[in-house]
Formats: sequence, C-alpha cells, structure tokens
Amino acid sequence: MKYEITREPLDPQSLLDAVRSDECGAIVTFLGVVRVMGDGDRPVDGLAYEAYPEMALPEMRAIGAEASSRFGEARVAIAHRIGDLALGEVSVAIAVASKHRAVAFDACEYVIDELKQRVPIWKRENYRDGETRWRPNASPHA
Amino acid sequence: MRVRVLTFAGIREIVGEPSRTLALPEGATAADAWNALAGEFPALAAIAGSTRLARNGAFIDGSAALREGDELAVLPPFGGG
Repeated sequence: MKYEITREPLDPQSLLDAVRSDECGAIVTFLGVVRVMGDGDRPVDGLAYEAYPEMALPEMRAIGAEASSRFGEARVAIAHRIGDLALGEVSVAIAVASKHRAVAFDACEYVIDELKQRVPIWKRENYRDGETRWRPNASPHA
Repeated sequence: MRVRVLTFAGIREIVGEPSRTLALPEGATAADAWNALAGEFPALAAIAGSTRLARNGAFIDGSAALREGDELAVLPPFGGG
C-alpha cells in the first residue's frame, strides 16, 4: 500500500486514501502524537526521531503483510516521521482497511506493537531543562 | 578485509560519526567487529547486551561471518512509534 519515512509533517488523509477500497467497510487509524511527559514524568519541549530507512522500510512492509495474513485480508499503510517534532505533532500514522471492523482493529494494534519492537527507529527526548536522552521503547505492548 | 559500520542514535554519539570503516582479519565475525569498535570506544561496553546487529539490512547473530564490503549496522534499542 503505502510505507513511508519522511521529514515532512505526516498527512493521515493520504494513508486513508491509500488503503480505502470498495471491498472495505472499515478503516481503523492510529496516530502517535508527541506528548509533554517524557521518561520519569520529565516534561519535554519536543522529540527527535532518527531511522535506518534501508532496514526500517522493509521491516514496516513485512509487518503490514503479517498483519494481513494473521487477522484476515487487510490493506495497511504506515508512515513514520523523523527529524525534530514539537508537542502535538504526529510521529507515526497507521491506517488499516478491511471488509469488517474486527480485522482492522486487530491488525492496526498488531502493526503499532510490532513497529515499536522491530523497526530501527530511535527517539530522543529533549527535556525542558536542556538535557536530552535517547529513550527506548518498553517491553512488548507498552 | 574492510567492513563499513553504521551507527545510530546513542551509539552514533559515542562513536562521533554515522559510519566508520573497520579493517578486520579474514574470517572475522560480527562479534569481532563489535569488539573492535568497543575497544576503540570503551563506553560501548556497557550497552553491548542491548545492541542488535544487522548485516546489509538483515538482523544477524554475533557469530555470523563477515565479508569484504559488508555493511554492519549496530543498533541500540528501538524507540519508534
């Protein structure tokens, strides 16, 4: 469908357009958004994301294909932003279309859970006190 | 042989550059390459347990043999999403 790593602001509508089809009665979307509280409840001004795109994009495609084979036929699109992001900006956008909603909900959750564990992308928290730290994701399903 | 090591995030900050060429003996493994890098940058030793390795875009174990021209990525824990 559509798999993308970009420095530009994400456009969720373009993911909806990529997955919609006359066969699909449901589209589930997930947006990851930069929030104020970082690790240890330290407030951040924003985040910086970095990727290894040559590996991350194939891994994103593999996750999308797995989601479709595990839960039922689904059309998947994933976009991840890199670079500097301010509070409230969208870091990751996922859209999943399927014939009925149950498959789309399950597949969308699978995609974000797997992305956090398997896709080589990193996040640096820029705290308000001026410190920064690369923060890894927690164990599965966190 | 020479392999190109790609570094990311906290590891890139320790090494000070996004890629670095290592000269290794024939038959060297991915773990040998990591040890060579950690020898040069002792701060890496503390994160050896959480670092994953990939050769030419595919995850590998430390026991995998490297070849001339390989691209070895050293990957700290992921934080995407």
